[in-house]
Amino acid sequence: MLKAESLIAAALMGLGLYFMWHATVLPIGWVEGQGPGGGAFPFWLSAVMVFAATGVSIKSLTHTGRKTPFFVPAMLRPVIFVTVALIATVGAMHVLGAYVALTGFMVWYLRIFGHRTWRLTGILTTSTMLFLFFFFEVTLKILLPKGVTEPLFIPLYAIFF
Amino acid sequence: MDVLALLADGFAVSLSPLNLFIVVLGVTLGIFIGAMPGLGSVNGVAIVLPLTFIVPPASAIILLSAIYYGAMYGGAISSILLGIPGASTAVATTFDGRPMAQQGKAGLALILAAIASFVGGTVSVVLFTLLAVPLADVALAFGPAEEFALVALAFTTFVGLGGDDALKTIVMICLGLVLSTVGLDLISGQPRLIFFDMPGFYSGISFLVLAIGIYGVGEVLWTLETSHTSPKVASARATMAEIFAGFRLLGKSWRAGSIGSLLGFFVGMLPAAGATPAALMAYGIARSTSKTPSSFGKGNPEGVIAPETANNAASTGSLLPMLTLGIPGSPTTALLLGGMVMWGLMPGPMLFIDQPEFVWGLISSLYTANVAAVVVNLALIPLFVWALRMPFAVLCAVVLVLCIVGGYAPNAKLHDVWLIVGFGVAGYLLRKADYPLAPLILALVLGPLMERSFRQTMIAEHGNVLAFFERPISGSFMALSILFFLLPIVAMLRKGRKPHLAPAE
Repeated sequence: MLKAESLIAAALMGLGLYFMWHATVLPIGWVEGQGPGGGAFPFWLSAVMVFAATGVSIKSLTHTGRKTPFFVPAMLRPVIFVTVALIATVGAMHVLGAYVALTGFMVWYLRIFGHRTWRLTGILTTSTMLFLFFFFEVTLKILLPKGVTEPLFIPLYAIFF
Repeated sequence: MDVLALLADGFAVSLSPLNLFIVVLGVTLGIFIGAMPGLGSVNGVAIVLPLTFIVPPASAIILLSAIYYGAMYGGAISSILLGIPGASTAVATTFDGRPMAQQGKAGLALILAAIASFVGGTVSVVLFTLLAVPLADVALAFGPAEEFALVALAFTTFVGLGGDDALKTIVMICLGLVLSTVGLDLISGQPRLIFFDMPGFYSGISFLVLAIGIYGVGEVLWTLETSHTSPKVASARATMAEIFAGFRLLGKSWRAGSIGSLLGFFVGMLPAAGATPAALMAYGIARSTSKTPSSFGKGNPEGVIAPETANNAASTGSLLPMLTLGIPGSPTTALLLGGMVMWGLMPGPMLFIDQPEFVWGLISSLYTANVAAVVVNLALIPLFVWALRMPFAVLCAVVLVLCIVGGYAPNAKLHDVWLIVGFGVAGYLLRKADYPLAPLILALVLGPLMERSFRQTMIAEHGNVLAFFERPISGSFMALSILFFLLPIVAMLRKGRKPHLAPAE
């Protein structure tokens, strides 16, 4: 628990330092006639963030902390699976488009990960995709990314637009 | 009298067929979302927000407020039937609601929760109606210095009274404020914090992306880890006889209901408080002032009435500073505020002058939402019992898909979807390490206002920082801010001075 807490505090300190470095692209002090520079607000707030995260880090090293483990391997497994599946799905949206990627994700989630029946998986996946198409594309006119599947949607565009 | 006339105009908006349908849809969705363990009003509003572009802004905010309201009702359902709070706001309802269900009084407990929620909601909406105009009038006198001081007060309330680790709260506030500066500088228009030179950061980080990441993806990841067994759902039905019995019980328990309604409303107005502490405080006070405190925790109906009136009253209370001052009182109202900004409406006192139809339409919709919620809740109890038996995996899959598409839709950028996944994982890890997430969201929403008001004051006062302390209103806010900021330090020093006692045997 302590190790994980210290790691997270250290990561936040690192993030704060990175923000400080980035903020210096614009002036971080007083600019005559313009008041505080554009980088001042993010720079000084990042500095406070680093300071506070350092305090958290010191506290986590000096205190006994909780006895419960930060991660229980058996419980962590589903979290990792779903995170990896989400990353793969968003990556696939660039190439295969939203409908193929999200269908793949739902089938994986419901059938393989969730052990649901093929019938439920099919009904839920199909109805979700139909909802997405009719709600976002037809009603709101927000086109979801199609990737290589774009030509397959041209006949549908002709019908609905 | 003016208020009544304005409210009547508001009813003309909220009782239009579209808005009436939206209120019923919103409370039904809200009750369902609130009833599902792991999902609360903030998750519901975050997930549904991108879908609201289909209706006009007034209807959109009415829908989201109805979801917020419905979720407060729904949280009690799983607290009573499963013994697991549907949302943190319903934790206190579990203490006596679950024992009532185990004694075969699940139906009565659900009815009591619904009627108590209605009472708390109605009392608080009346208070809201009476206080909104005077508060907005006071806020009209606010300049940039007062705005900055008010935002500072909102953040220091989290540090001093939030109940979380003060240092972790400061880290989260600063992180949110820094993330709010990503994009273009407010005054010079120059780019800043464009990480890895990715063009997606030029338009900044939308609060919606952070909210969907943390409260959508992050919540699912959290639930995946924490809920690994299917809990037993108690059976319940609501007969007319039980509904009448519920009304009679509530009449006898008017004291617990009054405590919950009034305490809930005023605690809900505080930025760091909200419905969860309001419900817990109301439960505690109802128990300590009861003639039979030992019966609490064993199925005392007052133990359901006090927290349920309080959490609904608090949800209305938290809308008051959001609408009149532009300062949200809870993470959900922070999302509502962000949504209003997205639709081109700026919450604050000017909204009452520029958009009275919108404001009073929203306020009147809270009355209709209350009536709709109690009717839907009582009528659909069997449906909610059935819904609770639905495997959570099924819901998670749909929620994650909605998060991805909902995050993509507003700007049509896959960059935002990547950020959602990143924020989801980060939110999950931060929550595990006990970092409070509500200040992060609030900081991202209020960051631009805070920076703009700070820089405007500094320019006008030629860099004189004492200007914040020299004006009466901003000076009072700043003094309170300093007090709240020092509270954790004082508490730490007092703790350090206390003599170490030997552990109890």
